[in-house]
Amino acid sequence: MIAAALLIGFAAVCAALLLDLYRIVRGPLLPDRALGLDTLTYNAIALLMLASLHFQQNSFFAAALVIAMLGFISTVALSLYLLRGEVIE
Amino acid sequence: MMALVIEALIALLILTGAFFTLAGSTALVRFPDFFLRLHGPTKATTLGAGALLLAVALYFSWHDGQLRVQEVLIMLFLFMTAPVSAHLLAKAALHLGTRGQVELPRKRAGAAGWHGVPSGRSRSSRRDAASTSAMKKT
Repeated sequence: MIAAALLIGFAAVCAALLLDLYRIVRGPLLPDRALGLDTLTYNAIALLMLASLHFQQNSFFAAALVIAMLGFISTVALSLYLLRGEVIE
Repeated sequence: MMALVIEALIALLILTGAFFTLAGSTALVRFPDFFLRLHGPTKATTLGAGALLLAVALYFSWHDGQLRVQEVLIMLFLFMTAPVSAHLLAKAALHLGTRGQVELPRKRAGAAGWHGVPSGRSRSSRRDAASTSAMKKT
């Protein structure tokens, strides 16, 4: 039962990653691309959790934590750059 | 019996997470405006990632026989930081003035209008057309 759900989950999350990539490449404005990158980190965490269930390894949470923190900080830095033209004043 | 119930719960959480992750990214691609696009990732994708993290925490808690809180901590971190980053992105987009640069989707003949209202048929069609053209102009 979990294996079948994992298959569907992998398919859905990989499709979501491709859709984010489309928005990053195509995005008409810079905030669109920043939003696409933010969503990409969330989907990377989702994919890591699915891999953690698939390989039965319980140590993937560290990578997910690092990706979450880096995603948040990079989104804040990009937003501040778009807002003010510089990140650190 | 207990194992079956927990397996069904984990499979349901995985399916929920997969559905909401895909829904958030579909919203990111399909919505016509940046401020509409902001809705999908900040709500649906956060819920999807949270459901998957909860599924992993539940699975390893049951598998190893001891409580596991690392994934729940990541989930709390995501739930706290997602509104902050969305707020900053919205502020950046407002600062750049993206309202005027958004192009409306092409309207097909006879299809539902931009707001889901069939164009040219309902009583408020003139007002809808006026607001749409005003939006196109600004």
